[in-house]
Amino acid sequence: MNIYIYDKTFEGLLTVVFDAYFCRVFPDVLCSEAEILPLFYNEVVHSYTDTEKSERVWNGLQKKLSKLALSTLTMAWLSELPQVDMLLFRYIRKAIDSPQSIETNFGDPDVLEVTKTWKKVSGERHKVMQFLRFQKTVDDIYFAAMEPIYNVLPLVLDHLKDRFGGQKWLLYDLKRQYGYYYDLSAIEKVHFNNKEEHFISGFLSGELMEEDEELFQRMWKQYFKSIAIKERINSKLHRQHMPVRFWKYLTEKQ
Amino acid sequence: MNEATIEKLKILAESAKYDVSCTSSGSSCAGKKGLVGSASGWGICHSFSEDGRCIALLKIMLTNYCIYDCAYCINRRSNDIPRATLTVSELVSLTIEFYKRNYIEELFVSSGVVRSADYTMERLVRIVKDLRLVHRYNGYIHMKSIPGASPELIHEAGLYVDRLSVNIETPNEPSLQMLAPEKDFQSIFTPMRHIQQGILQSIEERKKFRTAPRFAPTGQSTQMIVGATADTDKDILSLSSALYRRPTMRRVYYSGFIPVNGYDNRLPALKQPPLVRENRLYQADWLMRFYQFRVDEIVNDAFPDLDLEVDPKLAWALRNPQAFPVDINRADYEYYYGCRE
Repeated sequence: MNIYIYDKTFEGLLTVVFDAYFCRVFPDVLCSEAEILPLFYNEVVHSYTDTEKSERVWNGLQKKLSKLALSTLTMAWLSELPQVDMLLFRYIRKAIDSPQSIETNFGDPDVLEVTKTWKKVSGERHKVMQFLRFQKTVDDIYFAAMEPIYNVLPLVLDHLKDRFGGQKWLLYDLKRQYGYYYDLSAIEKVHFNNKEEHFISGFLSGELMEEDEELFQRMWKQYFKSIAIKERINSKLHRQHMPVRFWKYLTEKQ
Repeated sequence: MNEATIEKLKILAESAKYDVSCTSSGSSCAGKKGLVGSASGWGICHSFSEDGRCIALLKIMLTNYCIYDCAYCINRRSNDIPRATLTVSELVSLTIEFYKRNYIEELFVSSGVVRSADYTMERLVRIVKDLRLVHRYNGYIHMKSIPGASPELIHEAGLYVDRLSVNIETPNEPSLQMLAPEKDFQSIFTPMRHIQQGILQSIEERKKFRTAPRFAPTGQSTQMIVGATADTDKDILSLSSALYRRPTMRRVYYSGFIPVNGYDNRLPALKQPPLVRENRLYQADWLMRFYQFRVDEIVNDAFPDLDLEVDPKLAWALRNPQAFPVDINRADYEYYYGCRE
């Protein structure tokens, strides 16, 4: 059994692909530095992330796969599922070795699995676009916090920039503890060292809220309550469309 | 904007909720610098109400005062309910503020008729004009045109909204006359025709001049109440099919009748809204729009009503055993059209 140790980044994975072809030693297990290695193995290779190598692999893949398939790969990566790196490695290897594109060969379990993972991530991305709720702060920044099961924040930025290009906003992932800040011109990835209340609870405290914010939240809650037709209540459908795990951060469900 | 606005919002949302239109499909408009918002082709549901319906739009009425006395409507003149009117600026800032917080992605505005159709329509036009021109709102707007409004106002509205629609309410004129004595088919079909003409004209002009103004780019829709009158599904679907034959009619919505005015004995006493029938009508509607079924194949004189037990496609199959069996491995894509002819 061959083991590759790398830094658990996407570029790192592409570097592993490069190194594996270079040494003609293909991994059976991918590990990070911190992980405990399995009991028995033949060879351990340390792969150090190198953008030059990863770019060469990516360029090579561009010749083999369509744009859609490439974005499938990156989106599946963002699922952060435990075995996704090995899955993507097998997919990439098959894509490189095959004379024609493998992206629609769903008879292959790896292709199918990557596509399924992509579907899940893509669904989560859509849910974030649906259910993120901005709260306006005193300094005119719209703040939204969420806890998506997959790391989908980077995937909604284009949509948010398009839709909310005229306002400053901060989108924060409570689980992964990072966010994106848009300052009317560019989007920047941000971390916060001191954990203030709203980076834990997801809600702004009273003094940080803009004057009218609370009023608009109450209006929205009232509207949400009033718009439902009592004679047609269907809570199963309601929960199906709006999964309970999102209720925590939905203004109208507080 | 204060506590009183919340109360108004409550009253007007409750008045508007029976309109079933909920999509924002078909309009793509990328965000631009200096404008608020964008529209994406498929629409995003930002929330779901307890009855499971999508809330993509801020569905609200400008006012629920009304001079009409339509039997099926909660806002009829003779109902003793709380009444409210939003000012134009209140409605506009509600829309913008909700939009900026990602609560909604479009505005759906309609109104009770106050004073006259034109007076009300003018107010509505002012809202959409304010949103587009003053607040530079770039999201989706769906406006209900007021029956009997003048063509000039309809034309002006069409220049600012994405969809403009008039509700038909019942599938034939006598039943409309019975339930809504102040309305007639002419006051509904005339604005519909004006909207259609406006859209077709704009499409034609935009072929010649790219900068010619757009007119209600996502077409029009309408709504019929199901179960309030004795009309059969055949009446309803025949009218839908006739409407779909016209250009620009995108959707006909079916709204299961909810008895909001129990005291009116022109209306049937229903225990529950006819949800299954409504569902069957939508299924039939889909067969007509996407599967090239003709209306007389789904409902006809022999079968004027849809079967509530089975869906319309299965009902058709059971009535037409001569078309089966079909070898799905060999049947070509258009087979069904062929064998139904």
